[in-house]
Amino acid sequence: MSALLDIMANAAFWVAVLRIATPLIFGTLGVLLCERAGVLNLGIEGMMVAGAFSGWLAVYWGAPLWLGVLTAAAVGMFLGLFHAFFTVVLALSQHVCGLGITLLATAVSYYGYRVTFPKVSTPPTVTPFTAMDGLGIPILDQQTPLTLLALLLVPILGYVLYRTPVGLAVRMVGENPQAAEGQGVSVLAVRTGAIMVGSALMGVAGSFLTLSAFNAFFFNMVNGRGWICIALVVFASWRPGKALLGALLFAFFDALQLRLQQTGGAVLPYQLYLMLPYVLSIVALVLVARKASYPQALMKPYRKGER
Amino acid sequence: MRIEKRIQPSRGAFVWAPLSALIFTLSISALLVLWAGAPVGHTYVLLLQGAFGSVVALSETLTRAIPLMLTGLAAAVAFKARLFNIGAEGQLYAGALAAVAVGGLHGGSGFAIAPSVLFIFMIVAAALAGALMLLGPALLKSHLGVDEVVTTLLLNFIALLFVSMMLDGPMKDPSAMGWPQSVALNSELELSKLIPQTRVHSGLIGAFFLAIGLWVLMNFTVLGFDIRAVGASSRASAFAGVSISKTTLWVALLSGGLAGLAGAIEVAGRTSYVTLDMSPGYGYSGIVIAMLAGLHPLGVLAASLLVAGVMVGADSMSRAVGVPTFIADVIVATSLLSVMVASMLTQYRVRLR
Amino acid sequence: MQDTVLTLTQITKRFGSLVANDSISLHLQRGEVLALLGENGAGKSTLVSILFGHYAADSGKIQAFGKPLPPSDPNAALAAGIGMVHQHFTLADNLTVLDNVRMGSESLWMPFFHKRAALKKLLDISQRFGLFVDPHALVSTLSVGERQRVEILKALFRGARILIMDEPTAVLTPTESEALFTVLAQMVAQGLSIIFISHKLNEVIRVSDRVAVLRAGKLVAQSMTAKTSQAELAQWMVGHAIAPPQRHPSEKIGPPVCEMRQVHTALARECLKGISLTMHRGEIFAIAGISGNGQLALAELLCGTKRISSGQVIFQGKSLPANPAKLVALGVARIPEDRHGVGLIGDLAVWENAAAERLHGADFSRWGWVRRRVAKTYCQALIAAFDVRGGGANVSSRSLSGGNMQKLILGRALLHPKAVTGKDAPVPELIVAHQPTWGLDIGAVAYVQAQLLAARDAGAAVLLISDDLDEVLTMGDRIAVMHAGQITPAREAKQWSREAIGLAMAGADASSMDSGCTPHFSATAVMA
Repeated sequence: MSALLDIMANAAFWVAVLRIATPLIFGTLGVLLCERAGVLNLGIEGMMVAGAFSGWLAVYWGAPLWLGVLTAAAVGMFLGLFHAFFTVVLALSQHVCGLGITLLATAVSYYGYRVTFPKVSTPPTVTPFTAMDGLGIPILDQQTPLTLLALLLVPILGYVLYRTPVGLAVRMVGENPQAAEGQGVSVLAVRTGAIMVGSALMGVAGSFLTLSAFNAFFFNMVNGRGWICIALVVFASWRPGKALLGALLFAFFDALQLRLQQTGGAVLPYQLYLMLPYVLSIVALVLVARKASYPQALMKPYRKGER
Repeated sequence: MRIEKRIQPSRGAFVWAPLSALIFTLSISALLVLWAGAPVGHTYVLLLQGAFGSVVALSETLTRAIPLMLTGLAAAVAFKARLFNIGAEGQLYAGALAAVAVGGLHGGSGFAIAPSVLFIFMIVAAALAGALMLLGPALLKSHLGVDEVVTTLLLNFIALLFVSMMLDGPMKDPSAMGWPQSVALNSELELSKLIPQTRVHSGLIGAFFLAIGLWVLMNFTVLGFDIRAVGASSRASAFAGVSISKTTLWVALLSGGLAGLAGAIEVAGRTSYVTLDMSPGYGYSGIVIAMLAGLHPLGVLAASLLVAGVMVGADSMSRAVGVPTFIADVIVATSLLSVMVASMLTQYRVRLR
Repeated sequence: MQDTVLTLTQITKRFGSLVANDSISLHLQRGEVLALLGENGAGKSTLVSILFGHYAADSGKIQAFGKPLPPSDPNAALAAGIGMVHQHFTLADNLTVLDNVRMGSESLWMPFFHKRAALKKLLDISQRFGLFVDPHALVSTLSVGERQRVEILKALFRGARILIMDEPTAVLTPTESEALFTVLAQMVAQGLSIIFISHKLNEVIRVSDRVAVLRAGKLVAQSMTAKTSQAELAQWMVGHAIAPPQRHPSEKIGPPVCEMRQVHTALARECLKGISLTMHRGEIFAIAGISGNGQLALAELLCGTKRISSGQVIFQGKSLPANPAKLVALGVARIPEDRHGVGLIGDLAVWENAAAERLHGADFSRWGWVRRRVAKTYCQALIAAFDVRGGGANVSSRSLSGGNMQKLILGRALLHPKAVTGKDAPVPELIVAHQPTWGLDIGAVAYVQAQLLAARDAGAAVLLISDDLDEVLTMGDRIAVMHAGQITPAREAKQWSREAIGLAMAGADASSMDSGCTPHFSATAVMA
């Protein structure tokens, strides 16, 4: 117990927490947006890989860092357009299409990496984002600008979702698309837009890994973070504020297990520590299972004008 | 833009749907091949040759197809019941581990009973291990309404870490000089080869019969009816007297069991021990195969051969031309998406207003 | 003085090979209530959906207020002043009334709402038309009548001058319907023009100025309401003179088959609160009441898909098993309300559905294997006996029409497998029929009713749950009325008057009614 408190008293621990939470915040907000509009996006894992790779590659080829992030967002958006076409226009199974996109995006990214760097043993690196030293706020000034962006996005998304007409349209489309259509709102347009923006966020989440947390692209870099975001959205009851909380909570435990590995020595196999995040995600899902109030039209295909 | 149902699904659909999917897939991968700077036509020829062009190639394809058939069947039966089992990868590893635990410990000879009996124990243990991995998510779904997609996905990571833990510890192979692999299976438990001098083993026959068995089960038994009914409409099947919870359990047993078997048969037929990289995503490929096969058990056999061929062909082609082997995954994923779109377009038409 | 606000010219619409609207031409005058009358499937909903832009017509033109209306665009319809009150409410349960009403009224590019203005406008309209509802309430907490008010407010909020109302009284009690008619009068007084769709003749006579009758997609008659009669309208609707429905009272009422004592079910959207009733052989026990007052819970209980939380249900001297297969084996014949989503498994073949209820028993299975030949033979006999059309035993049930689906379900319930093999076929002990004629055309309705009467005369007990008052009064030997999960004492048919039933439907009979089981919108309306 005192070991725990020791760890928590260390500022570096909280720096790590925020750093680990950043891609989760982006990713969870992205999934949240898609699911609020009624669409499950299982392409997140692939979109994060694609965002990680494309953002990093752009910077490697000389682009400034923010252009790299933008590239990742654009790639995510592009993949999101496909997902929207399959699931919203063609009304295909959201599960299978999302998985297909994950498999495709991951495969293309790995392929592209191998083609560009055929014979490297150590991954080539770029200069990543630096900490925002001048900010003056403790813990936050050790973070890169992307983390600040993630934190700001939470209230922004909350505002858009609850206080603007387009946010209401997104929520309505996820609750009762017929109602939206009857009020003159195009379900197709709103869902596609929500998916594209959400997927862009997922791409940015991936770029954080290669342009901020690390400075190179590895295989298996994303390592299931996308799936964890999907669990976190349920845990967050589809609300941005709770999504931030969930991401931070999760990052807390993830940072904790890393520290415990280092300090705990060889008492427990390291794999048990690594398992902790995934186990916790499942536990989180079980805890909120009974009370989960899904957007009512989630995962139900909507066919306009069908008898 | 919207879709509307066609009056009559067009006659030629059965031909042009898969054909157009194929053409689209090959076009996309052709672009990627060009990106790698290789000649497209030559690459595809090498791919075909590497998959089916010689006895050796064919045997490699068949060998690779065996676990795919089993994970494909696992996905097919689960998806038919709308239980989205994405955890076949983890269930495969669990089955492999159980197989080695039963058949490889105690100094490499397993328990002291006749090999043929031990073999059956091993197979059953593997199936049970896989089934148990899926049972948790299935129960969570039927009793608490927890979505099984995320739980099965996350369990994959947990399973792999568990295997890694076992390979570092209790099941480590002492003679492997630090390389993480498990103790080897009792050599008497290994599956015999079908074609001498190749790696094709009798697991192929097992997979074949399992596919037929699954087809018979789904169409001729009451359980098969229950599974199809629950997958089609849970409310209507409850009304008809089908026990949803019991059926879900059975599906979990069957699907997880098949995936676990995939792991055991890989160990018994190909590798003899468990390593962390023994499955290059067979579990996920199984889902693609099941969808390509339209969830039909016999179709799974054909689709597995195709996917295995692509994978094996890409391996050999890559050595010759330098196109990364990931092209296989691209081809498989693209064909999944294009087949889904194509078969949907046989039933519906897209109208721009 | 009167001018035309809406003109439809030669509207035609096909769904596959079905011609839903065949060259229909209509016009609507300002300040007029035009009733659109027709049977289920006559094309009324399709026509107004085209008008509102949910579908595009294959050919034909629409002019609203003198300007042509672009097709297939609800936005254009709304902008032209056309509003629609849907039969199946298009409301989002998890959002507030205000959100539901103002959605879509402001451009999606606006970065903020004009919330106060919207609220003021909503309250203003509420006042003007007498539609009172709490703007900040979540729709899921509202009653059916309140939800309809929100639906109407939605249209008025967008400035509708032409209002289409699609079967608005289908879910209202007689009292609530009267309230609606008052609102309609208010709207007309304020200059609105109304298209009122109904299949209820008495309402049409009461409310409309003019009537247009559709039959099988064609416009077959138009008349000023004052110049026609219910009988004439009925004849136009059906195409031939129909005799007023006959009563066939039971000849011989037998011993009790099933008795319910103070049955409660778990608290839910629909639940039972202390239901007591007895069903006798050779009698049709009809339960009247608006859907959503617990009928679904009662039907599910007797069909084996719901458990009781307290009380007793005694069937043939023993407790009723909560297992559909066992119930069917004991002789309970079940006709569910939702033939699409509950009665049949759409993806499976007709023969599999025919055998579905008994598949786990010895009739159609042996040692876990399906006895396919026996099942298919049974299905063929069923198809022949009940005239189920649509492609035979092997097609998927999804492809059957509504009427044929109902016949399949009816046949499965009434025809025992033993009858096919020539042995003595047992007659059903108890038939649970929940809205058995909903959504069927007049021919199919007559068929189903005849079958139920025949089964009753052969000795079965029939529980008929229906929200069609005419059906209850014609078919029932004894009648009771359900409201908010409770039931009135049953009385013989001739002891009930229409007015008394109407009052009971609105809950006037029951004295102490606590909350927890408010009348709620049921799944009835979601069916095809």
